[in-house]
Amino acid sequence: MTDSPAVWASHLRKRYKNRTAVDGVSFTVGRGEVLGLLGPNGAGKTSVIKMMLGLVRPDAGEVMLLGRPHTDPGSRARVGYLPELFRYQPWLSADEVLRLHVRLAGLKIGDRDRRESLALVGLADRAKDRVGGFSKGMQQRLGLAVALVAAPELVVLDEPTSALDPLGRADVRDLLLSLKDRGVAVLLNSHLIGEVERVCDRVVILDHGRVAASGTLAELLGRRSLRLSLTDVTAEAAAILEPFTRDGDVYTVALPEDVPALVADLVKRGVRVHAVEPARMSLEDRLLEVLRENS
Amino acid sequence: MTIVLTIAALTLQEASRRKVLRSLGVLTAVLLALSAWGFSEISSDYGGLTSGEAKVAGSTVLNLVMFGFSLIAALGTAFLAGPTLSGEVESGVALAVMTRPIRRMQVLTGKWLGLVAFGTGFVTVAGVAQFVIVHLTVDYWPPHPVTGLALLAGQTAALLTLGVLFSTAISPMASGIVAVGLFGATWIAGVVGSVGDALGNPSVAMVGTVSRMLLPTDGLWRGAMNSFQDPALLAQIGSGVEESPFLSMQPLTGVYLLWAAIWTALVLSLAAVSFQRRDL
Ligand SMILES: Nc1ncnc2c1ncn2[C@@H]1O[C@H](COP(=O)(O)OP(=O)(O)O)[C@@H](O)[C@H]1O
Ligand SMILES: [Mg+2]
Repeated sequence: MTDSPAVWASHLRKRYKNRTAVDGVSFTVGRGEVLGLLGPNGAGKTSVIKMMLGLVRPDAGEVMLLGRPHTDPGSRARVGYLPELFRYQPWLSADEVLRLHVRLAGLKIGDRDRRESLALVGLADRAKDRVGGFSKGMQQRLGLAVALVAAPELVVLDEPTSALDPLGRADVRDLLLSLKDRGVAVLLNSHLIGEVERVCDRVVILDHGRVAASGTLAELLGRRSLRLSLTDVTAEAAAILEPFTRDGDVYTVALPEDVPALVADLVKRGVRVHAVEPARMSLEDRLLEVLRENS
Repeated sequence: MTIVLTIAALTLQEASRRKVLRSLGVLTAVLLALSAWGFSEISSDYGGLTSGEAKVAGSTVLNLVMFGFSLIAALGTAFLAGPTLSGEVESGVALAVMTRPIRRMQVLTGKWLGLVAFGTGFVTVAGVAQFVIVHLTVDYWPPHPVTGLALLAGQTAALLTLGVLFSTAISPMASGIVAVGLFGATWIAGVVGSVGDALGNPSVAMVGTVSRMLLPTDGLWRGAMNSFQDPALLAQIGSGVEESPFLSMQPLTGVYLLWAAIWTALVLSLAAVSFQRRDL
């Protein structure tokens, strides 16, 4: 059972009226893996997630969740979900919402664990308050607690930080890292590319309902490089930098094994070194590049 | 089954915490107070419920008031049924709930059960209160109170099942309005039918019969009325009574009750199919 991936989705397709929202999307999320789902608005990310979780009927394609076909409700027993549109029963208190979800998940989770879930998202002191009086950000926090409360093995987060303040975003990043440590698989759809780059093992980029690119960060972003800001570069010094690309005084080279040795070498040859920083194409640049190529 | 009961309990909790309950309570109290006043007037005018006229007046007013309750129950549950399904779909509350390891059918059944319990509870409390008022003011006790209340509860259940069906397909407000509109339409068709009966016009009478088959609320309501009124009184005053929308000559047949049950089951299954196919 645990050999099966957390999510296996194959050739998902969905049309709404005469608009194709998802057009043959396949991907997998390994156990304990954090997968980033990226793409512009309307790319079909939410539709893919909803098909996976049985909220929307795919026109074609198959999904397995944690080793079971997604048409079997039991496949969702260990899945936590924060929808893009997060709303919870306004007439219940935060703790009652969690209690409801625990019961629907068929689990026995004690008061203390529920309180911990709320504390994790910073709502410990609002447990008894009605959700109807919560701000959007607080509701999104509650949604995170709901997604995490029933001991999930897979957590699906659709834009989990859309309503959160900077502090909340940092909390979510910490949450994601702790899920990763605990071996919980995560499917993360977020526009905060910096966060995705920090926590995701792999990325799938959707555009116009298709997979435009996918792979590990290293595969997508290429090898790491080093950026040096230099003046008084002699021909002899340039030779030891070869191969390099140059933009004014900034030279970019493949990341060498021994950075201090390279710098010492350059200084010995009379080069003035102003700055040295590791560099890599950012995921954001790569995303834009993929989307431009695609259009 | 735990899932169904959990959802049913949640639906009851929702009903009790929403404003619907308060409005229902106020309406009911107003109607009870008005009827208490009305009955005490009848009692003083006729000097007790001895004469035939007073009995007709008493039975008619009792049925009128019970009709008021059935209307309140119908409105209340129909306007609860809408928000509880399509409202949750529209607002997004359904998203997190439906991704738990549960079937949509279980959610639908649970909501339905909760609403039926709510409707039955309301009809029982309001009905019994009304019986007590009638008993205290004009010393009248209906011959079959339990049957009558059960039929009223059945009427409420039939209507809210229809409301649930509509709410799987259209917006919450619209589903409530359409359900209540149909309820009113069959009641009027029922009145038209009984006028046809009284005039001996079979094609006009058909209107009532057909509408009672299409939506059993009016048929169940007539059965309920029949259980609330004194049987001796109808025999006493004879024909002409059929024209009144608030008196009923015949008790319900077993076949009709069976049909009402099948009808409700059919509509609920349709709702389940419709909800199953819906994109959330
Ligand atoms: N319920 C719906 N009815 C009609 N069109 C929809 C519906 N949901 C999504 N779409 C369309 O499908 C496309 C993909 O939407 P979505 O999956 O929400 O994109 P994303 O989450 O990547 O922004 C969009 O063009 C959107 O307009
Ligand atoms: Mg989206």
